[in-house]
Amino acid sequence: MSAPSAPAERLYGLMAEFHGPAEVVAAAHAVHEAGYRRVDAYTPYPIEELTEALDLHHSPLPKLVFAGGTTGLLAGFGLAYWASTIAYPMNIGGRPFNSWVSFIPPTFETTILFSALTCVLGMLALNGLPQPYHPVFNVEAFVLASRDKFFICIEAADAKFEREETRKFLRGLPDVSAVHEVTP
Amino acid sequence: MASLPHDDRFQTEADRLIAPGHDFGSVTDKISQIVLKRRTPLGWWVGFGIGFLLMNLLFLTIVNLLFRGIGVWGPTVPIGWGFDIINFVWWIGIGHAGTLISAILLLLRQAWRTSINRFAEAMTLFAVACAGFYPVFHTGRPWVAFYWLFPYPNTMGLWPNFRSPLIWDVFAVSTYASVSAMFWFIGLIPDFATLRDRANSKPFKIVYGMLAMGWRGSAKHWHNYETAYLLMAGLATPLVLSVHTVVSWDFAVGLVPGWHATIFPPYFVAGAIYAGFAMVLTLCIPLRKFYGLEDFITMKHLENMAKVMLATGLIVAYGYTMEAFFGWYSGSNYEQFMVWNRMTGPYWYMYWMLILCNVIAPNTLWIPRLRRSVPFLFFISFVVSLGMWLERYVIIVTSLHRDFLPSSWGMYAGTRYDWAAFVGTIGLFITLIFLFVRFLPAISIFEMRTLVPGAEIEEEKA
Repeated sequence: MSAPSAPAERLYGLMAEFHGPAEVVAAAHAVHEAGYRRVDAYTPYPIEELTEALDLHHSPLPKLVFAGGTTGLLAGFGLAYWASTIAYPMNIGGRPFNSWVSFIPPTFETTILFSALTCVLGMLALNGLPQPYHPVFNVEAFVLASRDKFFICIEAADAKFEREETRKFLRGLPDVSAVHEVTP
Repeated sequence: MASLPHDDRFQTEADRLIAPGHDFGSVTDKISQIVLKRRTPLGWWVGFGIGFLLMNLLFLTIVNLLFRGIGVWGPTVPIGWGFDIINFVWWIGIGHAGTLISAILLLLRQAWRTSINRFAEAMTLFAVACAGFYPVFHTGRPWVAFYWLFPYPNTMGLWPNFRSPLIWDVFAVSTYASVSAMFWFIGLIPDFATLRDRANSKPFKIVYGMLAMGWRGSAKHWHNYETAYLLMAGLATPLVLSVHTVVSWDFAVGLVPGWHATIFPPYFVAGAIYAGFAMVLTLCIPLRKFYGLEDFITMKHLENMAKVMLATGLIVAYGYTMEAFFGWYSGSNYEQFMVWNRMTGPYWYMYWMLILCNVIAPNTLWIPRLRRSVPFLFFISFVVSLGMWLERYVIIVTSLHRDFLPSSWGMYAGTRYDWAAFVGTIGLFITLIFLFVRFLPAISIFEMRTLVPGAEIEEEKA
């Protein structure tokens, strides 16, 4: 709810609304150049340029997935090796107990499985999902962030945040269509 | 709104991936209203009803099978693998197109995958579910089969034999099912958020809200999300190639003439993609017609799918040729007899129908006019599905029915319970597809937004 006539109210931040992707990217550059750091943009589809404009750090996900895959590889091969040579050695057509060539297909599959699990759970964890509540949903117009509108939110926790100053700054951005207050 | 993008994707009618005049809002509304509109069309009930009835036939055959044992099915010595494995391989192959479209075409930057990837992935999941039914129930009493299928500490101290292709199969298929489900689900998260924000009724808002898990389309989220999506595509690509390879090893690692061939893995994978694209066409031609999605699934999509079918069909034809050549060139009496027996033995008509469906029929797709005719594509997609089913029939039955010793030759035919189970899994598939189309967005909404003119930011503006 954007209630402009309640100045004593605490704020989560201020949110500017845009009509198009190019406008929001230009605004993100301006916001970043103005020195705001606790900023996030909300868009209906991924826009690569926004990542650069907001100077987001590289996602640690690839490293996590590599670690997950390595675990899967060792676990898969370890299981096959342990089951076939230690726990239940069985002579099958005179093959060696450690017939490692035959263990490659199951090992390959566990590598992929562990990597994929790490990838999906890691992505959700890094994004803090599932998250039942977030202040941005208090803005009525925000339902359009999943349709055709683009938003930039500067959080009140930003060192440079100054309610009226920031509002004036956001209003002054080119092509901005509205500025909303975000209640916590 | 920015000006039109400079690439020629949107220029000519034959080449465009989305009809002109769409913007972010219209794409969102058009796809989400299929799910959110209150009245369910009558045609949906008819289709769902048919699927639901057939699915109950499947349940009846399962009960019958569990009470009476797998003797009610046709397989017996020497043909120990009949409809159950034919249908297993057929279904699992159909699933492969979904992963190919969602993962491999993503890595190859094929923008045309966008409007068909969602339901192709759903098709994958449902086809794998149908496939999984067969090996599980072929064990007769699945609840006592776990200890030799899955490695877990059991009271008998037994562990599965990791040298067996059947165990590889368990690992490959269960990994494939899990990874496909995860890939599908993360693809759906932003669309769940769209449905949550659009839904009119409270229960739907709550359900879609829970599934969206608080997705808010933040740039930080998208950044991790895109990384995850690309990584999943990179993981699913070798996985999908491995799955049908492992399935082909179920045969190729054995010594039976007609199975023991090094060409099996690539030719099985090509066959899987061939069958899968046929099923995608079978599903998307009625879908685009009934829900008026011609704007999003354009002639360009149908034609591209036809081209993939033609290409993989030619690889499959090459596989048949090489199979026959290997048989002759091997110098082994048994291999040579197998090839001759396939072509002229008691199942000759199966073989020649297979050649007609999989070698001759796809070559009609060289002709542009046929490739652009929707009724013809719909027809040919059934021909291909039939052809791929015949291929598995020929590989399994004709190889087993006359192997080394004439004293152990036999004949095979599916019993009515075999047919009931086959028709039943088709019912299960239809039921799941209809539920999917009603309750989930059949086309990826957020990815369609990226195809809208103006979605791509031009360099000088950014």
